[in-house]
Amino acid sequence: MKTLDIKTDSDGIALITIDLKDRSMNVVSPEFIVEFDQAVDQVAGDENIRGAVVTSGKSSFIAGADLLQIVDEIVPGGDPKAAFVKWSGLQQLYRKLETCGKPVVAAINGTALGGGLELCLACHHRVAADNPKAKLGQPEVQVGLLPGAGGTQRLPRLIGLEAALPLLLQGTHLSPGKAAELGVVDLLVSPGQEVDAAKKWILDGGEAIQPWDKKGFKVPGGAGLMNPKAIQTQMFGVALLQKTTNHNYPAPIAIMSAVYEGSVLPIDTALQIESKYFAEMLTNVVARNMIRTLFVSKGAADKLVRRPQGVDRSKVTKLGVLGAGMMGAGIAFVSARAGLQVVLLDRSKDDAEKGKDYSRKLLQKRVDRGRMNADAAAEVLELIHTTDDYADLDGCEYVIEAVFEDRGVKADVTAKTEAVIGSDAIFGSNTSTLPITGLAKASKRAESFIGIHFFSPVDKMPLVEVIVGEKTSDTAIARTLDYIQQIRKTPIVVNDSRGFYTSRVFSTFTREGIAMLAEGVNPALIENVAKHAGMPVGPLAVTDEVSLELAYTIGKQTKADLGDDYVVTPADDVMETMVVELERRGKRFGAGFYEYADDGSKRLWPGLAKHFPLSTEQPSPEEVKTRLLYVQALDAARCLEEGVLTHPADADVGSVFGWGFPPYTGGTLSYIETVGLKAFVAEADRLAKTYGARFQVPDGLRGMAESGNTYYGLAGKGEARTAA
Amino acid sequence: MTDAYIFDHVRSPRGKGRSNGSLHQVTPIDLATQVLAAVRERNELDTSKLDDVIFGCTAPVGEQGSVIPRLAVLNADYDQSVPGKQLNRFCASGLEAVNTAAAQVMSGQSDLAIGGGIECMSRVPMGSDSGAMHADPGFAYKSYFVPQGIGADLIASLEGFTREDVDAYAVESQARAANAWENGYFSNSVVAITDQLGNVLLDRDEHMRPGTTAEDLAGLKAAFEIPGQQAGFDAVALQKYPQVEFINHVHTGGNSSGIVDGAAAVLVGTKAMGKALGLEPRARIKGFSSIGTDPTIMLTGPAPSAEKVLKRCGMAVKDIDLFELNEAFASVVMLFMRQLDIEHDRINVNGGAIAMGHPLGATGAMILGTVLDELERRDQGTALINLCVGGGMGTATIIERV
Repeated sequence: MKTLDIKTDSDGIALITIDLKDRSMNVVSPEFIVEFDQAVDQVAGDENIRGAVVTSGKSSFIAGADLLQIVDEIVPGGDPKAAFVKWSGLQQLYRKLETCGKPVVAAINGTALGGGLELCLACHHRVAADNPKAKLGQPEVQVGLLPGAGGTQRLPRLIGLEAALPLLLQGTHLSPGKAAELGVVDLLVSPGQEVDAAKKWILDGGEAIQPWDKKGFKVPGGAGLMNPKAIQTQMFGVALLQKTTNHNYPAPIAIMSAVYEGSVLPIDTALQIESKYFAEMLTNVVARNMIRTLFVSKGAADKLVRRPQGVDRSKVTKLGVLGAGMMGAGIAFVSARAGLQVVLLDRSKDDAEKGKDYSRKLLQKRVDRGRMNADAAAEVLELIHTTDDYADLDGCEYVIEAVFEDRGVKADVTAKTEAVIGSDAIFGSNTSTLPITGLAKASKRAESFIGIHFFSPVDKMPLVEVIVGEKTSDTAIARTLDYIQQIRKTPIVVNDSRGFYTSRVFSTFTREGIAMLAEGVNPALIENVAKHAGMPVGPLAVTDEVSLELAYTIGKQTKADLGDDYVVTPADDVMETMVVELERRGKRFGAGFYEYADDGSKRLWPGLAKHFPLSTEQPSPEEVKTRLLYVQALDAARCLEEGVLTHPADADVGSVFGWGFPPYTGGTLSYIETVGLKAFVAEADRLAKTYGARFQVPDGLRGMAESGNTYYGLAGKGEARTAA
Repeated sequence: MTDAYIFDHVRSPRGKGRSNGSLHQVTPIDLATQVLAAVRERNELDTSKLDDVIFGCTAPVGEQGSVIPRLAVLNADYDQSVPGKQLNRFCASGLEAVNTAAAQVMSGQSDLAIGGGIECMSRVPMGSDSGAMHADPGFAYKSYFVPQGIGADLIASLEGFTREDVDAYAVESQARAANAWENGYFSNSVVAITDQLGNVLLDRDEHMRPGTTAEDLAGLKAAFEIPGQQAGFDAVALQKYPQVEFINHVHTGGNSSGIVDGAAAVLVGTKAMGKALGLEPRARIKGFSSIGTDPTIMLTGPAPSAEKVLKRCGMAVKDIDLFELNEAFASVVMLFMRQLDIEHDRINVNGGAIAMGHPLGATGAMILGTVLDELERRDQGTALINLCVGGGMGTATIIERV
């Protein structure tokens, strides 16, 4: 067999070892399902077999479903009845396992997630190796699905609803120790002992029946509304669920409903309930979007799908960081954490030390929380060398400048650095707005000059946007990507343009919000709808955060650079009023669109009503949402057509991981596919007529809509997953 | 259509709905029995003439289960031919029971019936019957369910009612209730509840706090702030009402209806049956209507239900002398006054549930009786009785003195 092996020992115990031949990790693949089915038949039918132990031949048990296979088979808007028939096979197989009449034990040697943990739950007993790196959990919710192989029914029956719901709704990963504490695992043993311990349970007379198949079974802690405690659990649970999902994610509520409805039913009926909800998710576009962007495309990006071929793999051992402000300090921290030596340079040693303090603070926090030991933290700090002397950059294979956003300052540090570093070193600029080709003019080696745009706060934000200038070489791109992989961030590669991809498109969101304010739309409506649409922060709040002054300055700079080509939007006037006339320059300055109280709370500034009076007719929340999302999606489409982006997957990954474009949409371009290209174009045409040219549909998108193509259809399935 | 007349009504005093409440030791069946017995004795009623006894009850489980009005009929030694029916329209159950009794009379299917209600909240706590509204994940999600208190605070947020505004309303409710008790406005209708030895357990609404001032109320904590913020209900409310920046939590135990025990009964019948039994008609039930509105706020049913019944009766707001709207929360009444443009001196003139309490299943019947007494005292003609109802409903009834 290709996915597993069965050996029966002298005690009559069959050891089923799962080991997918051509995979580094076990996944629940179609072949595995077929072969495991045969294995269950053999265990049940062979009278020489007394019981079975299921384990893995790899370091992990089973990592979960084969999402690459599932994403291809999800049919958004498809027939859930067909999906029900198609996708309940694994669940029925696991049911067959637990009713095969012979005791079956899971010997969990490593990570068991999704369908892997569900297999364990369908066994009559679970023994886990106490390997702290192993993870047990049902993470399906994170890709828009629910556990469809019995997880929503067996987990609550095993540990009770109150304990099971958070695991199912958040996709929490448990260590084997924690899993044992919760009762998900029955026995914890030293690694290597799990198979023997599993066999012993059978030899000691372990029963071949699940608790829920015994007469008089009661769900621990009770289930259903006849149990008074359940009301509170459900009522608060649903409210919190809505708070976190804003009604955008169908999976969490489906999970909660499956648990609520199923937990009062006999197991076989309960499993059917689960399958019905599972079928609904498998025909829902959100699952497709989430799997495609969060798993497939992000996975490909992490494996450097855009890395030019023919350049040797590289590694940075010594990194130079110019400027120890917020960004430089963050870059130094994440790099040192990845084991790189970092030279952190600023105008004075004191300033550089201030930047290092950032790492001290973050490391101390980890030590205080017990997530890192003090020695390891000290080792990381040790790697950061602070200086004001450019000579210390000698030997750096890579240097990143994160100095003030000013061409003169940047040119100055570029020259000083190039005087010291080796001829093959790469110089990366962490500019967020200035075109790279222009900055590269200050370099003597423009081919080694590249944009490497981090997001704030660097230690939390997963994306790095790589900007290719006119003269940037493949080597520079490849080595930049290698470095990003070293610090475990996710890269996208874009071509040079003002604001590149992320800053450019994100600014359309804030400007649209501000334009609505100018039109007299209730600011609370703007802010709330943005959040309800899934944006992390409202457009007015985020403008306050980055500061109105900065937005205003960038606008002025852009205007000066572009001259007549600059397209004035209603946001420009608002920003001028706020910054110049009202001197409300942003949160940092204590006042912006919001007013800030000493206790850290904030409220929209009541004075907005005077300067931007509410119009008597307010738009529907739906209209506000449409404007805020469409304006971004349209500009992303333009980026692709202008060649700023080269692949739709980069638009999606960049938007979700760069500025928090709502993950349920799959990203800016997947959002267009979610709406449907024809419908999207028609709606954008209406918006353009009502609100202006910023909603104009670019020709390529219009053409695709007319010909019935889609972004991913044209890009081809292989595109996103070459390296996945 | 036959006209339905009100001949009499009685109610128990309202006991604090806690373990130290004076009616806590009284079982629901006993409380209902004493109210029914009072109806019979006050009217020397031949109970065999009754076609039905209909009681509202919002938590008809445990001691309040098994169709309590039928059990109370038997326990009160009414003629055993009298059937009983329990119904539930949440907070309007008591009024709905009177409406249903009237409907039976108006449709010619009953000649004499009792509508009323009971709720012993100290013994069968609110929510004892559970239900899909709060707890079925799919439904609570679909309907954006939030507890009523959040809905009341949402009304205040939408309408700009401040904490001072709602507290001022509550102070007035206390003052009016105290004044009404002092002057005996309720004495004809409240029957003392006794124990089995004949000792009076309670003869006065004991939830009241006469002399309550705005300063007293200002010190109370907003009751729904913590669940609103920590359990996520505020967020859910804003998802439905994104035009509100934040929920202003203004309601407290002091400006919301009190949790109490109580029961009430209203005797309704045809003019002919009244004549036959020597009963004097006091008012005619002119019409009634119920309606549904947004289930998230849950408390906006009163104005639309009032407008619906006014239209049905061919009347306008100006044709109503007194309004009686249950004081579930101060903001509910304040919104109603704003929507229908009613001055405070025409509504809840003797206080309401903020002062005296809201025994859920009984309140509708109680306030109908209260306003009838007041019409008589003032020698005025018409009243509109109205309650906000769970699930976003509203129920309203118009009565007219004869």
